[in-house]
Amino acid sequence: MVLVFAESQNGQFKKTAFEAVTYGKKSAEILGTTCEAIVIGKAENPAQLGQYGANKVHHLTGSGFNSFDSQSYSNGIAGVAERMGAKLIVVSHTSTGKSVLGRLSVKLNAGSVSGVNHLPESKEGSICVKKNVFSGKAIAEYKINTPNAVFSLMGNTLKPEQSGTDAELIEVQLEDTTVKTEVVSVDLQQGSAAPLPEAELVVSAGRGMKGPENWGIIEDLANVLGATTACSRPVADTGWRPHHEHVGQTGVAIRPNLYIAAGISGAIQHLAGVNNSKTIVVINKDPEAPFFKAADYGVCADLFDVVPRLTEAIKKAKG
Amino acid sequence: MKYLVCISKTPETTAKIAFKDGNSTFDTDGVQFILNPYDEWYALVKAIELKEANGGTVTVINVGGAGNDTIIRKALAIGADEAVRVNADAKSGFFVAKQIAEYAKANQFDLILLGKETIDYNGSEVGAMVAEFMELPYLSYGTDLQINEGVATIKRDIEGGSETSKTSLPLVVSAAKGMAEQRIPNMRGIMMAKRKPLNVIEPVACEDLSIVVSYSLPAGKSSVKMIDPENMDELVRLLQEEAKVI
Ligand SMILES: Cc1cc2nc3c(=O)[nH]c(=O)nc-3n(C[C@H](O)[C@H](O)[C@H](O)COP(=O)(O)OP(=O)(O)OC[C@H]3O[C@@H](n4cnc5c(N)ncnc54)[C@H](O)[C@@H]3O)c2cc1C
Repeated sequence: MVLVFAESQNGQFKKTAFEAVTYGKKSAEILGTTCEAIVIGKAENPAQLGQYGANKVHHLTGSGFNSFDSQSYSNGIAGVAERMGAKLIVVSHTSTGKSVLGRLSVKLNAGSVSGVNHLPESKEGSICVKKNVFSGKAIAEYKINTPNAVFSLMGNTLKPEQSGTDAELIEVQLEDTTVKTEVVSVDLQQGSAAPLPEAELVVSAGRGMKGPENWGIIEDLANVLGATTACSRPVADTGWRPHHEHVGQTGVAIRPNLYIAAGISGAIQHLAGVNNSKTIVVINKDPEAPFFKAADYGVCADLFDVVPRLTEAIKKAKG
Repeated sequence: MKYLVCISKTPETTAKIAFKDGNSTFDTDGVQFILNPYDEWYALVKAIELKEANGGTVTVINVGGAGNDTIIRKALAIGADEAVRVNADAKSGFFVAKQIAEYAKANQFDLILLGKETIDYNGSEVGAMVAEFMELPYLSYGTDLQINEGVATIKRDIEGGSETSKTSLPLVVSAAKGMAEQRIPNMRGIMMAKRKPLNVIEPVACEDLSIVVSYSLPAGKSSVKMIDPENMDELVRLLQEEAKVI
């Protein structure tokens, strides 16, 4: 059985949860088994995960599962995995998923691979899977040396696919008295755009913007697209933009469908965090800017002129 | 308070990535190695700051061969008091975590810090594994950490915002941008580092549960299509019809 940990926030499933269940279902087909999901704490209609391919959904509630604690969460997941004999456990490659992945590996003595972005294969009885390494400059194939495995799934690896019907729901009430960590507050940024690691469309800008007061044109472009904004490192370091917008090797690594970069030179450390984007558009006035070599579409011009016109063109196309 | 900082070695950020032995091994020929930036800039400096404020000792630990002594000395130059090197090839995160946990169990630390991930394998696994081997709390992606009368308050990055948690010591925390500010070692630090203890210990037995069997390079991009700056309608059309992303 493939067991997928589907994350929710404030009771709502995250997009990554649907991706993970879809991945779990496809992996189960490859490994010749079935897919089940585990949901922890408050969640609206957990049975809907059946539509993405889970046969059963184990819903864990009780003290210890009210707020995120990597210890109680991994105890809960490992408990279900052991009871049901999971061959593969899939979590999302998120702040929560990454905090439980290593614990599950140790608890279950299961080989782990973090940030997988390919489906697994079964080779001579062993599970193998690929992921990007060296910040996207190479791909590594891992072999699992244990009978069971744990993966964290990189966001935007595949699109959630809805086909089936609701799953059988199994309510599990547990009292975990080992809880040592308590979440005291959660601060989410205002605005409707998706958080950067999950975003499908990203508009990013760099030092070519000259100053923070000029960001209006970037925000306008992001707004017409419904995109999330990002920036290069020096821009975050000088406080022009908040640090959570910093993408690159030492910032957030992203893989959106569309990455638009304005006034960013395309230094190797910047590319390391964005070069897995499906389509890259570069706007830069320097024809020699290294970013053009990594781009699908390039516009060599002054961004202060081009960005507003691109915004208008999108508005027009969208009617 | 006793602080343990886990440090690792990664290829310098502009290093050329190539493979040898039938694409099974990373070719380190001509590659320069550095202290993993997250370990150095955030985890190590935070431990030093805490020590400066409250007293105590900062120990750094690395799993690797004698070639790693250069980066270990750098950590000592920045301000760690002593170093331990577990003399073994770091083939998997699991192996590394097991070695660190064994040492930490025997030496009783209050706080174990490491960077949020390494910039080569981007695994982000070791912290959670060390915590599990030791049955300790673990908070990842920490951007702020306060310790008051045995209670730690940690602010951490989550998707789209931040989360603040309270927990008990001892504790494992992975550090992200915001936790501390990078420090450049000065001459005095570099001189003192030469005299600080660097103890080499042998590893405990541990199987690798998952290993890399081969590497490949991603398919290159086809060349860029340049768009007339006067014709943004054309760019929008291509994004809709050719790339199909909007
Ligand atoms: C260890 C290490 C880690 C790093 N990690 C990261 C990282 O994670 N992320 C990151 O981004 N960087 C990182 N860097 C920094 C990186 O090397 C570059 O310095 C940085 O990405 C440059 O940012 P930039 O492109 O915004 O600025 P610049 O390199 O200054 O580029 C500005 C660009 O704007 C263009 N421009 C100027 N005016 C206009 C205009 N009016 N219209 C159009 N174009 C214009 C210029 O032609 C130029 O290409 C790292 C560096 C090191 C050493």
